[in-house]
Amino acid sequence: MRARAGGPADPVPGGSAADPGPAGAARFGNPVQSLLHSYPSLGPFAVLVLACVVFDLFNSRFLGMANLSIMLQQVAVVGLLALGQTVIILTAGIDLSVGAAMILAQMVMAGLAVTNGCPVVLALAVGLLVALLTGLVNGFLVTRFHVPPFIGTLGTLGVFTAVGLKYANGQTLSPKPGSFLLWTGKIVTLGSFHITVGVLMMIALYLIVGYALGRTAWGKHVYAVGDEPEAARLTGINTARLLLSVYLVAGLVYGVAAWVQIGRVGDASTDISSTLNLDSITAVVIGGVSLFGGRGMVLGTLFGALIVQVFQNGLALAGVQDLYQQLAEGLLVIAAVSLDRWIRKVRS
Amino acid sequence: MNTTTNPPRPPAPDAAGRTPVLAARDLVKSYGRVEALRGADFELFPGEVLAVIGDNGAGKSTLIKCLSGAAVPDSGTLLLDGAPADFRTPAQAKAAGIETVYQTLAVTPALDIASNLYLGREIRRKGPLGTLLRMLDTAAMRKQAEEHIKRLGIATLQDITQPVETLSGGQRQAVAVARAAAFGSKVVILDEPTAALGVRESGQVAELIKRLRDHGMPIVLISHDMPVVFELADRIHVQRLGRRAAVISPATHSMEDAVAIMTGARTA
Repeated sequence: MRARAGGPADPVPGGSAADPGPAGAARFGNPVQSLLHSYPSLGPFAVLVLACVVFDLFNSRFLGMANLSIMLQQVAVVGLLALGQTVIILTAGIDLSVGAAMILAQMVMAGLAVTNGCPVVLALAVGLLVALLTGLVNGFLVTRFHVPPFIGTLGTLGVFTAVGLKYANGQTLSPKPGSFLLWTGKIVTLGSFHITVGVLMMIALYLIVGYALGRTAWGKHVYAVGDEPEAARLTGINTARLLLSVYLVAGLVYGVAAWVQIGRVGDASTDISSTLNLDSITAVVIGGVSLFGGRGMVLGTLFGALIVQVFQNGLALAGVQDLYQQLAEGLLVIAAVSLDRWIRKVRS
Repeated sequence: MNTTTNPPRPPAPDAAGRTPVLAARDLVKSYGRVEALRGADFELFPGEVLAVIGDNGAGKSTLIKCLSGAAVPDSGTLLLDGAPADFRTPAQAKAAGIETVYQTLAVTPALDIASNLYLGREIRRKGPLGTLLRMLDTAAMRKQAEEHIKRLGIATLQDITQPVETLSGGQRQAVAVARAAAFGSKVVILDEPTAALGVRESGQVAELIKRLRDHGMPIVLISHDMPVVFELADRIHVQRLGRRAAVISPATHSMEDAVAIMTGARTA
């Protein structure tokens, strides 16, 4: 076999800046960049560990089992929303309607069960179906009407919010104690760890979606379509069908998030923090998933969601004012996106 | 010789009496009032490299699109191994064994070389893991990808698990060509494979095309790069004004002749 000059393991000798050479052009100039490029979840993991250590220095309760349990319980809903958001962002899309879709689904679940006296399982099924429907609407807008995801989901954010408000009619619906709707809030004790069924559901869904993305053809196609849609199309991938499936998967995950939210709070109302939409995107971006598509892992998103939670909780325990929590979150987002641009520089 | 269902007009066999692998008769294709093809003929014989050259607007790319299923001719016939073929989509042409490497370096940068080779044709694990859980057989795909690449003698691609974005333009093109060679059982069409590349990288791709030819794969090579065309082609199809103006041989014609026929300065 001939050893041609310029193999990957053979950076071209004497390649000047103007002529980086065939393989030399593709080499990373920096080992850190190369590492982060291969393992996009490494950065968020390091930030998470560092933040935990620092916050524990300020308040030794921080890394106590009790506080860790609370943080996990608190992260479940945003963690799930961010999971659905991740799949969409991997295709270079974005979903601004995520919070509204979840609120609509939980109002339907609670409304059917509490107001209309439906069997809880049926109410849950219809709620999940409604969540799936929100994904279908978003997916249709993107694939059939070729609306950019940012605009399409901005529109459905308004629509889903309005429908949810109309349906809820200002009520707060509390399922009877012991209702299956509240099952997601049930405490599960593992040693001195107290987590909820909802947390376990979140972990299960991360494993399932992570498996689908990493180990199936569907997952490869998600990355391919997010990275270079035209190249994906030319290799014979039905890009429209793939995108539609992505929005449906996300919708279903939002439906589960709705159930977890009801269990966590103990009731359903439209009066939930309006920052859910942006929180989910923040978690994804801090988790090292590229907004430009085709790069990132759900593990990173989980770290991202935990980082946001750790900052909120840790700064609160350290007695820092609320506004600094927002400042920290904002800075993290900026840092994460800048880092992503730097990691991606290799593509030029 | 292949006596299949009576083709409308039998494709002309070559001097040795061989049937063309891929042939076209009287292809007509209009886009609105623009007639891109006005009765174009085409023949590709087994084991040859056929270059297709022509000025802009001569109908080169439309011809290629018709051959690869990316466009459907208004009238005319396609013949694959002497039998009529009708490709309405690129997927149908692929299924018939015709693979196309597009000018735009149609690879996915974020995925590794093996994943790119098998994109859209993934191999699943045997048993319930594959059928039920739809798990990919990554090991098998990597192994086979490595074999394909070794068989083509592509020394510039060493680590099959390397993401394509860490490769140079020439290496990426090699991935695209390897993919076409691995799955194109009948014909490989290369649309301007060197257009986006520098001199040295063009040379590498030219080497690869030669090796592909040495494996007996019939190749259609669309190129503006006359030296590459004259180096690689066994015959040259000159397209002009929506028709085939001539088929010439690098052995009997010079680059000046080819350009003259292309521009209509003279006939063959």
